[in-house]
Amino acid sequence: MDSIIKLNNINKEYGTTVKTKVLFDLNLDITEGSFNGIIGQSGSGKSTLLNIIGTLDKPTTGEVFINGKRTDQMTNNQLAILRNETIGFIFQFHYLLPEFTAFENVMMPYYIQQNQFDKGAEKRAHELMDLVGLSKVKSNLAGNMSGGQQQRTAIARSLINSPKVILADEPTGNLDSNTSDTVYELLRDINKKLETTFIVITHDRRIAEKTDRIIEVRDGRIYSDFSRI
Amino acid sequence: MKLAFQIALRFLTSNKSQAFLITLGIAIGISVQIFIGSLIDGLQVSLVDSTIGSVSQITIESSERNEPLDNYQEIETIIGKNYEEVTAFSPTLTQGGFMLFDQNFDQMLYRGFDINKANVIYKFADAILPGGAMPREGEVLIGQTLANNNDVSVGDTITLISAERDTLEVKVAGLIDLKVASLNELWIVGDMKIAQKVFIYDEGNATAIEMQVEEPFDADILTDRMTEDLKSYPISIANWKTANEQLLSGLSGQTTSSLMIQIFVVISVVLGIASVLAITVLQKSRQIGILKAMGIKDKTSSYIFLFQGFILGILGGILGIILGIGLLFAFSTFALNPDGTPIVPIVLNPGFIALSGMIAVLASTIASIIPAQKSKKVSPIEVIRNG
Repeated sequence: MDSIIKLNNINKEYGTTVKTKVLFDLNLDITEGSFNGIIGQSGSGKSTLLNIIGTLDKPTTGEVFINGKRTDQMTNNQLAILRNETIGFIFQFHYLLPEFTAFENVMMPYYIQQNQFDKGAEKRAHELMDLVGLSKVKSNLAGNMSGGQQQRTAIARSLINSPKVILADEPTGNLDSNTSDTVYELLRDINKKLETTFIVITHDRRIAEKTDRIIEVRDGRIYSDFSRI
Repeated sequence: MKLAFQIALRFLTSNKSQAFLITLGIAIGISVQIFIGSLIDGLQVSLVDSTIGSVSQITIESSERNEPLDNYQEIETIIGKNYEEVTAFSPTLTQGGFMLFDQNFDQMLYRGFDINKANVIYKFADAILPGGAMPREGEVLIGQTLANNNDVSVGDTITLISAERDTLEVKVAGLIDLKVASLNELWIVGDMKIAQKVFIYDEGNATAIEMQVEEPFDADILTDRMTEDLKSYPISIANWKTANEQLLSGLSGQTTSSLMIQIFVVISVVLGIASVLAITVLQKSRQIGILKAMGIKDKTSSYIFLFQGFILGILGGILGIILGIGLLFAFSTFALNPDGTPIVPIVLNPGFIALSGMIAVLASTIASIIPAQKSKKVSPIEVIRNG
């Protein structure tokens, strides 16, 4: 299988006067359609790694390729289009827009693509929301839902534009263990059905063990990389 | 653009009380602007109307002192043809003399007119006191004070006497109050033919031609044009502006101070909106960060704030116009003279009100440029990293 994400010699430093190096000469290849887990202690650099893959952050040095395109030299506009079309994000704190309903939040990446509130993808949004079990709260404002519902809304939102890659930063971090199991099953299902590539950061070894590949990051370096496929 | 507008609208409606307060801020600024602008406008119109509304604004006289104009009809034809701006044109035969009634002898100024033409300028019909009427042939109107001083009443016959002791008896058709003491003490108003008989003028003679124009403030420009067009005639042309410099400088001072007040009101509105919108960028930076992570472009995110300013400007403008007209209405209803007329007659100028509305929209859109620029700089990673 082809690699959809490729990182070459990524270094990341923060700060201007006092420099803190977070990532050290990191190389990584992610195969298209795979389900990858990134584990590591907090402060190990795994979130920075995910943000660099997601083009939200830029490496200090090194090359990032997504879908064959080099992203670390793209303009803000090019990155915005790439993120919108290729990448779906699921964050730990879900980051929904509180002014919009669950349904509108799910539609938002599509609206951004169309540059207006367009009804075109509504059917798909309904399907996705049914898929993640949100049929009853579609028209609730984002703030008027439980944590699990909000997280599932974020999942449906990450899928609306059928992205090739979904990046999830502890998507079950603040959910109870039953709900996190359900969410993982769901992500896994989507991975199988839609062949979407997943990179999921998790603290939960139990869940990490269900992935195709476990990458452990320690002190800004890949400490271990174990693949089941 | 459309998406930015829709998001802007949602941001505003999701916090209605804040949106309402900003709208009210704009509205109060604009209503004050409309109120002050219209008030000063009304003041000027009433001032101009009461000082030069009932007098000749452009006067043509013979260039020779005490000589009449020979062919005023020719001049009338030229002006009638070429000067649409002239709203009233009235030849006059005016001459000082005396009047005799019973044993009373007094000096007077006889103002001979084509009474219907002159009425447009001097509004004699409105000045006639109860019991009087417009003069017919052989009849005159007499100034109220002149009449009272000499015990003249409506229906009496008085004798007009020229300096050369020519006399003519005329009937008093009415007493007039022209609201200016010197005119009420001196004027006797009647037909030009009477003047021709008493003061021995030929038909076609006039001592002056008096005119009113559409825009009194352009009287000097018209005067220059007329002087050029009529240079073959032995005449001199004067306008009210040269005779009323103090009034003019007073009016222009008023206009300037009104403009300054309006400008400062608008500046304070702009600063107010800019600071409030700048705070909303901070409030919404999390949302902007999320939207950017999902792929919204910097430009679109800046449009969100421009549209917020635009929408607030439209709402504030409409509310401001309503409030402003309400204020004017209240002022003209409750601030009254003892006789029940408004202290300052309010002039509603639709053009000015529309301009104020546009200023509201423009000012708040301009005020939103800084927050819009700020939103461009919001980086999604800051929001994601810091929660």
